[in-house]
Amino acid sequence: MNFVGKSMGFGRVLRISLIYAALIGLGALFSFPVIWMVSSSLHTLPEVFAQPYQWIPDALQWQNYARAVTILPVPRFLWNTIVITAPVMVATVLSSALVAYGFARFRFPGRDMLFSLCLATMMLPGQVTMIPLYIMFAKLGWVDTYLPLIVPALFGSPFYIFLLRQFFMAIPRDSEEAALIDGASRLRIWWSIILPQARPALATVLIFTFIGTWNDFFGPLLYINSPEKATLTLGLNLMKTQVLGSGVVEWNVLMAASLLVLLPNVILFFLAQKHFIKGISMGASK
Amino acid sequence: MFYSLYLSFTASSLLSPPQWIGVENYRRMFADPIFYRSLGNTAYYALLGVPLGMILSLGLALLLDAKVRGQQVFRTLFFLPSVTNTVALSLLWLWLLNPEFGLINTALEAIGIEGPLWLQSEAWSKPALVLMSLWTVGGQVVICLAALQGVPQELTEAASLDGAGPVKRFFAITLPMISPALLFNLIMGLVGALQVFTQAFVMTGGVQPGSEGGPNQSTLFIVLYIYKKAFQEYDMGYASALAWALFVIITLCTWLAWKFSKSRVHYEGGSA
Repeated sequence: MNFVGKSMGFGRVLRISLIYAALIGLGALFSFPVIWMVSSSLHTLPEVFAQPYQWIPDALQWQNYARAVTILPVPRFLWNTIVITAPVMVATVLSSALVAYGFARFRFPGRDMLFSLCLATMMLPGQVTMIPLYIMFAKLGWVDTYLPLIVPALFGSPFYIFLLRQFFMAIPRDSEEAALIDGASRLRIWWSIILPQARPALATVLIFTFIGTWNDFFGPLLYINSPEKATLTLGLNLMKTQVLGSGVVEWNVLMAASLLVLLPNVILFFLAQKHFIKGISMGASK
Repeated sequence: MFYSLYLSFTASSLLSPPQWIGVENYRRMFADPIFYRSLGNTAYYALLGVPLGMILSLGLALLLDAKVRGQQVFRTLFFLPSVTNTVALSLLWLWLLNPEFGLINTALEAIGIEGPLWLQSEAWSKPALVLMSLWTVGGQVVICLAALQGVPQELTEAASLDGAGPVKRFFAITLPMISPALLFNLIMGLVGALQVFTQAFVMTGGVQPGSEGGPNQSTLFIVLYIYKKAFQEYDMGYASALAWALFVIITLCTWLAWKFSKSRVHYEGGSA
């Protein structure tokens, strides 16, 4: 080994340099769009169209952001998004955890079949169910309310049920059995013994639910018709239609608005990068 | 789900109760040139985007796996675009791909190439969307990287002692060892590409009544077409039939990918 290592000295240095060059080059390709986005959002409109483009403007145009939140009622959209996202997060994590606990700890006839069925629904493309669901919600009179976006979360989500079940199965049963002997109910055990031990998995579920709901476009697009009920994502699309429809397209304002919508995602990502990586890798290893 | 299957055999709008019309919707589908157009668009997008995405993500993961300093910074860079808001990113790309002022064509011009019209051109609108999809390939990179880090060091070391060069080591050891992750990426990539919607909807004028889904319907993907039929024309029965066609196609593709790779995917500790 030693001999091989020495003789490859030069080759190794070359190899590492090539890897760095490739990483830096590709890293630049991946980050340029975002840098450009931030840069565009801080230019005046004539500067945005100037050729050659000046990456750093003479004066930072923060008022683009002010315009971005007033051109359409963005605070209202933000509030709407929170009103949807918060209950969905709570409902998804609790219902998924409850169902997962059932699958992890109870023995009942047909359990495994039911679990397979639950997993199978994960493979089903949303397009197949969306039309009957829409008709159902339309009959209930729920179109243009947030109910179709929130209520389904009460039934848990197959992927999270699977993820949490795997996690629960790995929790030792000792303390649970002790609690059972002491006369605690199953629900109580679930709440005060299982859930606290499953915090990391619950955090992963919460984060993914947040990202999924906060950024959902298709759901609000289908069910929300009134502009004042729009979510941030839907509102951004409305803004696009309005801005692109006007004579000179205010790309600086559009970029500012897009950045504002992206911001919570980016912050959350940096706070919880480990959870993202873990959640994604876990999904692949099933 | 079964209601959806039933609907696909009916003429149904929101206002009137569904009427049984047998296989009429399916007959109409097979005679519908726009259906074939949307299928062709979707196939084009998937066949171009999925292999490129897999190669790029594997390449990036290999680079990251080379244990260089700053690995985490680069991983974050590659991963970040894939966890953000598709509508916001679509607007960014709409601006990047702007033929006159966009960064991409400005950069191409700097090296002496006249960039295409991208989203405004029938030939380049799909490659433009593929380009964007490559930028959001981060999730696949993370999956590849996790698999690469799971390859036991002893194996590669033993092989290099036996005189296997890096290329041979890669094909004989690394690739088989990470094949389950690659299969996963393939299937998820396919399923995702076949259901592409938001980018096309936001970037190519969507399917506003009268608009046709990109220049000469070149970005009218199948899900866009379903959306248009169901929620703009309220032709729920026909849209259900289209959705079922998509479902069958997705299942078939997944099954094919599975079957085709069965002999080629290596599962540790047992046969596939």
